[in-house]
Formats: sequence, structure tokens, C-alpha cells
Amino acid sequence: MTDTVPNPGEPSRFRRIWESDVMWSFRHSPVAIVSAFVSLVMILGAILAPLYAPQDPFNPATLNLMDGLTAPGKANEFTGKTFLLGSDSQGRDMFSAVLYGTQVSLLVGAASVLFSLVIGVFLGLMAGYVGGKTEAVIMRVADIQLSFPAILIALLIFGVARGVIPPAQQEDATLLLLILAIGLSNWAQYARTVRGSTLVEKNKEYVQAARVIGRSPLLIMLKHILPNVMGPVTVIATINLALAVIEEATLSFLGVGMPPTQPSLGTLIRVGQQFLFSGEWWILLFPALTLVILALAINLLGDWLRDALNPRLR
Amino acid sequence: MTEKPVLEVKGLTLDFATRRGTLRALDGVSFTIGRGEVLGVVGESGAGKSLTGTAIIGLVERPGRITGGEIRLNGQRIDNLPPKEMRAIRGRKIGMIFQDPLTSLNPVFRIGDQLTETLQAHLPLSKAEARQRAIELLIEVGIPAPEKRIDGYPHEFSGGMRQRVVIALALAAGPDLIVADEPTTALDVSVQAQIITLLKRLCRTRGTSVMLITHDMGVIAETADRVAVMYAGRIAEIGPVADVIRHPRHPYARGLMGAIPALDTRVKRLTQISGSMPRLDSIPKGCAFQPRCTMAIPRCSLERPELVQAGASRAACWLANAETEVPA
Amino acid sequence: MFAYSIRSIAQGLLVLVAVAFIAFSMFRFVGDPVANMLGQEATLQDRQELSERLGLNDPWPVQFAQFIGNAATGEFGVSYRQARKVSDLIKERLPATVELAVLSALVATFFGVLLGVYVAINRTGFLSNAIMSISLIGVSLPTFLIGIGLIYIFAVELRWLPSFGRGETVKIGWWSTGLLTESGRKSLIMPVLTLAFFQLTLIMRLVRSEMLEVMRADFIRFARARGLGERVIELRHALRNTLVPVVTIAGLQLGSVIAFAIVTETVFQWPGLGALFVNAVQFADVPVMAAYLMFVAAVFVITNLIVDLLYFLLDPRLRTGGRTAKGH
Repeated sequence: MTDTVPNPGEPSRFRRIWESDVMWSFRHSPVAIVSAFVSLVMILGAILAPLYAPQDPFNPATLNLMDGLTAPGKANEFTGKTFLLGSDSQGRDMFSAVLYGTQVSLLVGAASVLFSLVIGVFLGLMAGYVGGKTEAVIMRVADIQLSFPAILIALLIFGVARGVIPPAQQEDATLLLLILAIGLSNWAQYARTVRGSTLVEKNKEYVQAARVIGRSPLLIMLKHILPNVMGPVTVIATINLALAVIEEATLSFLGVGMPPTQPSLGTLIRVGQQFLFSGEWWILLFPALTLVILALAINLLGDWLRDALNPRLR
Repeated sequence: MTEKPVLEVKGLTLDFATRRGTLRALDGVSFTIGRGEVLGVVGESGAGKSLTGTAIIGLVERPGRITGGEIRLNGQRIDNLPPKEMRAIRGRKIGMIFQDPLTSLNPVFRIGDQLTETLQAHLPLSKAEARQRAIELLIEVGIPAPEKRIDGYPHEFSGGMRQRVVIALALAAGPDLIVADEPTTALDVSVQAQIITLLKRLCRTRGTSVMLITHDMGVIAETADRVAVMYAGRIAEIGPVADVIRHPRHPYARGLMGAIPALDTRVKRLTQISGSMPRLDSIPKGCAFQPRCTMAIPRCSLERPELVQAGASRAACWLANAETEVPA
Repeated sequence: MFAYSIRSIAQGLLVLVAVAFIAFSMFRFVGDPVANMLGQEATLQDRQELSERLGLNDPWPVQFAQFIGNAATGEFGVSYRQARKVSDLIKERLPATVELAVLSALVATFFGVLLGVYVAINRTGFLSNAIMSISLIGVSLPTFLIGIGLIYIFAVELRWLPSFGRGETVKIGWWSTGLLTESGRKSLIMPVLTLAFFQLTLIMRLVRSEMLEVMRADFIRFARARGLGERVIELRHALRNTLVPVVTIAGLQLGSVIAFAIVTETVFQWPGLGALFVNAVQFADVPVMAAYLMFVAAVFVITNLIVDLLYFLLDPRLRTGGRTAKGH
């Protein structure tokens, strides 16, 4: 019998997953359910924004300066248009801007997490498997990296890139640069975790056996270690997604991230801050609120996941 | 009863509230300790020896809770005292010695500070007086060069020396009763005897009663006046040491005594009790020992035996007074 | 202890050299220093002359040695953008950052320990739960939003505090301080709170978990058995043992104080080193970036040394050195 033919005596695959420990803990944690729901809504909402957003906020053709600075829910005094979350100084619908901004923030966040995950897992595997000098160097660099704050490292990488890339291409390169900078400033944690698991796995008999019969032990270890570290790596990745979104927002807020022509939530907040004193609070508030809720929801989800996968830790 | 006992424990019952229901860890434990008497308490780990000691000094931690019975010290009931009054009794009236001297002392304070703070917590002493008393205590427990060692930190002392300091701390305020919870288990074999001798001597000269918790029958035989054998949260047998060792009435006690290698007789064969103590969530009805007992009768699995007088001791066994020799 | 200190100093120096190498590489490979200094119209001959004069034609180890020599005397050349000596820029902005960072560190440590102890002692209280929830939200709240929120409340709505800058400062030698004028002190409040907030929640959570851990230790049980008061146990015995790991982590966090200072200074337009650095990053001003990098590394190494020294003060087990200190 193959896997594809369901055995009527056994519970279906869905049922097995539903009744696993992790799902049990999920179904019994209101915080996890709410934060997962909120994260899902925000992520889907951002991805599907082009389908339902009232306007394409960064296409100048759709903007009308007369619509500028309309308060949320109120009609504009010249054009009579209303905007759910108000409009900014250029007549841009804040609701659409926040949707597209979230999209950019999530894109940078997810891509940089993926990037640091790949680097970290690879280096961790190398360190644990090869050992010796390679291990010493990788782990030392990871130590130093971990003691310096990510934002500082990202800023440095950014500054260096600014000096290397010709000014004309800088704006286009920003997105990639952000992913690179944030990704490079967060790999060390993965490396540490994976190295630990690799050290344990390396001395097990099947790896020794693989070596004896001339199979590539590295390949075999990949096959066996990756499933083992999936849990902790997922936890780190989830929490790091929240951190990466915040890091990106911070960089953009500092003015070294996404440009106003292709803003992330951080850029929108930077722009919105200028209107704080003149009373147009909505330009700042909605991007800020979105950022906080997004980061909090993913953070709580990561916290829960850590506890669910590792019951020994409180 | 000729003299009022220092400690009276009557029907002490202690429960642990867990997610899967209530576990009864102590079930109707009763005994007394007279003035200057040393009561040995033996049993396997998990039998409730340490828990009884913790209950007496009022340090049962959640989710454990005393749910029945009473504890009296010098006639005064202490199991229901408000925390503040109980604190005044701890250290002052009842001292406690824990198993591991390496972890009993706070590593970041000088031993002198730990002694003086204990003394000053209970006695109206000035700093200088407390220090003087502390030095005297260190002399009493046999620490060489106490004037110098008093300013040392715990890690500068060996295990045996640390346990001496712990004894000094427990005796500092002159308590009526010392609860010594396996005071030698963590120590080197060579030091164990010294510590027991010291404890015995100090308590004798001060007239302090001792509840000596151990699983070492040898220590009990040498030190205790009476002994209580505990099994699954109950007392199986209690009586004068000589009687319990020579004529154990409870089959469990008999098994336990069989497990002491006797020096004066030719080694017969150490008996072993088959099986293990039941977990707290599966204590059988009737006598808790019945499933492992070689002599069990039908009544044992139906009705729980209470402690009954049998010779000089009291044993909780339906057959306590049936004078049968056990086949070894 | 002496050998131990030598080793950590050597390690610190190694980190400094490694960071210096990164800074040096930035000089060599990022942009063209000659073009940066001469502008576009320079002739080939001018360029070669300057290259020679700057030593850019020497082999790189010679250049690196020169760079380290210059860095040791605080010499980092001239800012590409501001056309001023980097050492002057740093000297001018250092006081603003130091006042901000030190005050925040003090606020964070003081309130962090205070709240941490409180929530550890009253684990289930309403206030404790509230504090813990707020701290969890605080961790998810980016520093710059806290700053903006404070500005909105206290500068825009209430108009109590200035929203940017240092206010009036007083010169003491080359140092400028905001602590001596009212507007200077008022200007410090919001930036200090903003910068302190994250560290505060971190230290608080750390103190709480360490304290809960220590409260389970044997010596705490023994301290209770000696009849010491609960407050004495918590604030003397437990807190003292908690401080060792807390000092380590808090000390190592100084790096992030500096990083968050970058953000805080940008939010409040605080004329410190962080704002200078962000500006340098935006315009790839390599000399300023390199100098800042070296500054951060130096702060990092120095705090590590201080943390090591504090260890010796807090943990007597390390003081005697030799056998016990080996593990660390």
C-alpha cells in the first residue's frame, strides 16, 4: 500500500496533524489563535492589496493634490471625497498606502529572514561538521556579531554599499540592499543552533556508517539534521520576522531604507512624523499602529511556538 | 506517658493538588519525639520522610498542602500558625539540616555573616556579641581557627566542614528540636561518621531532640533511640531501635532489616524486597505494601491496618502479633 | 585574578584590532579617498602626489599599521561631507551622547532591578501581571515609535517638554553639559526615557527570571529554615545572587544602548554621535563611519573589562582564583 491510498482504519493525515501536540497546544491557547489570525489577515491583506485597495497610492496619475490632508472618514472640503483612514499631503489614500507599505515591509522582512536562515544554517552545518579552525572562526564571528546590535551592523553594511554603488542606481538597489543588510545582521543565531544539533548528530552511528560505505556524510547529515533543527529554526525565524520588520522600519525611519517613492511602514512613519505638530495625526498613526500590531502578533506567535515545541522551557 | 513530648504529630495528612487530581503524599502520620530523644526515620525515597520533616518546620511548598492532622511543639499547635509566628519558631525552636551542605550555604556571604544574621534574627544580641557567639559555635562544631575561618566564604570550606557550619547554623539559637534530613548522604564516607558523632554529641549535651531522616540503617542503629519506618506516606512500624531491628513486626520493616549486612553473623544472604514502592497515584486499597508482601492475606487488600501495639513497637500490619518467623 | 585580567585585556585588544581592520578596509575599498578629497577636476599628477603623501602606495600592512597608530591618537582624517576633522566632530558631539547614554543606563538599571524584584516577589499579583504585559508590548514596540509617542503627548498635546535638541548647554572645558540648565534638563527627559525603555524591560525580565531561579535554590530553603524574614531572604540573599548574571547581561547590553541611541538621537534631533553616524551612512562618509565604529568597539571592550571587574566584587568564588575561577 502506498501513502496516497488512505487506509480507512487509520486517521487521515489532516486528522493526525490536527491531533498532534503542537496543534493541541494551539487550539488551547487563545493568544496563539488570535495572533495567528491577526498575522494571517495582515499578511493576506497586504499581498492581495492590488485586488481591493481603493487606489494605487504610488502611481502619480491617480493622485489629486486637492484631496490632500483629508481627515479620516470626513469629506474633503474641495472635492467632497472621503477616505477611510484619511489622506496625506499629496491626496494619497492612507488606507491604500498602509496596505502597500505593509507589503513592502513584509517583503523585506520575509526575504531577509530567508536569507539569514540559509546563511546561518549553512555556516552552522559547516562549523559543526568540519570542526577545527573553520568552526572556531565561524563561531567567533558569530559571537562578535551577536554582541553587536543588528541595527548597527545593518547601518554599516548600508553605508559601505552607499559608497560602492553608483548614486544613480542606489534607489533601485535599496530593496535588495535592505534585505542583504538585515539578513547579514541576523544569521548568527541560526548558526549556533544548527551547529549544536550537528555536533550531536555527527557522532551517531549512521553517519559513521555512511562514511564507511563511502556515501557523502554531508548529504546524509543534511537529510537527518535538517528535520531535527526544523523546530528551533522555525521559532527563530518567526521571532526574527518580527525583528526584521522592526529593523527595516527603523532603518527606513532613519532615512537609510526605502525611499518615499516606494515606502515601507517605516518610511510612512518618517513622513508622518512631519505632520505631527500640524495636527494631521492620521498620517502617522495608522502606519505606526499597523507596524506595532504586525510585530506584536508575529512576536506572540513566535513565543507560543517556542513554548509549544519545547515544553521544558517555561 | 511520663514526660510531655517535645514534638507530637497526630494524623498528619498532606496532599498535592495536581492536574490529574489530588495525590496523598502523607496519610495519617502519627508519632512523638521526647525531650532529648533521637528518632530515626527510614524508608525508600518517596516514602514521605523528608516531606514529614518539611511539614514540621512549616516549609511545605505549593502545590503541597497539609489537609489533616496536627503538629504540636511543646504542646503548642504549630501547623496552623500565621507565617510570621511560624518564622519565629523556625531556627529558634526547630532547626533544620539539609542533605547537601554544598548548596545549603549562600555562596556570596561570609559564613560569619550567615551565622550572625541567624543569631540576631532570634536573640537580642549586638553585632559584637553575635560574632562572639558565632565563634563559640564554630568551636563547638569543631572548626579549626574559627576566628579566622569566620570571615571565609562557603567555597573555601570542604564538604565536611561546610556541614559542620550548617549544624552550627541549625543549632545557633538553641532549638528544642533538630530535623536532620539525610545530613550525611552527600558527604564522603570517611566524613559521615564524624558528622553523625558530632551531631549526636551536641544534641546530647544540649538536650536537643533530633528527627534524623536517613536511609542508612547503620546510622540509625548507632544513633537513634527509636525508629519509624515509613512506606508510601504512612508509618509502617515505629518503636525502640533495638526491637525494630531485632524483631521487626511489619513485613516491610523485616525486608528492610534483612537488607542490612550484619557484621556479627555469618552473611546469610541479603534479602531483597521484590517490586517497588507504588507511585502516589496508584496506592492500592488496604495495606499499601500488600502487593509486594509475601505474607499477604485477603484482608490486607480490603482494609487498611492501623498501628497496633506489638511487643515494644507499634506496627501497621494485620499480622503484627501473629508470631511467625519469616522465611528469608 | 591577575592572569585572568591580562587575558581579558588581551582579548579586548584583539577585538579592537579586528574592528580596526574592518574600518581600515572601508577606507581602502569604499569610494576613492583621493577623488573624495580633491574633487573631480584634479589632474592625474595631483592625484598621484596626494596618493603618495597619504601613503596609499605603500603595501597594505604598512598602511594598516599607520591607520592603527592614527586611530590610537584619535586621528581619523577629515570628514568627506563636512570638511572638518573627524576628531573635532567627535569631540563636539561626544558629551551629548555620553550624557544621554549614561543617564538612560542608570534609569534602566535602577527601575529594571526594582520592577524585576517586584514582579518576582509578587508573582501572581495584578500589578505584576500588568507590568509583565506592558513589558511584552514594549519589546514589540520599536524605539522610534516610543519616542514619537512621547513627543506627541508631552510636546504636542501637553506642551510640557521640548520636542528636539539639547536645550541650553553649559561649557565646562571642552565638555558641554545640559545638566546645569533647566531647559537642558527638560530636554533630557524624553530622550532618556525613550532610550531607557527597552533596556529597562530587558533588565526587568532578566532580574525576574534569575530571581525566580535563585528562590528555588537550597540555600534559600535553608535560610527560611533558619527563620529569617521573607524580605531579608528576598532582598539580601536572593537579590545578591541574582546580580551576578544580571550585571553580565546588562553590561553586554551597552552595545545596544549605543545602537538605540542612534535611533533616539534621530527622533529627538539630539546632536550626538549617533545622529552624526546616521548622517555619515546616508552619504557614505567613510572617515566618520570608521571613527564611530572604532568608538563603539572601544566602548564595548571597556564595558567588558568593567563587567569582569564587577564579577570579582560580586562573586567571592572568583576572588580566590585558581581552582574555582578556571571554569570562567
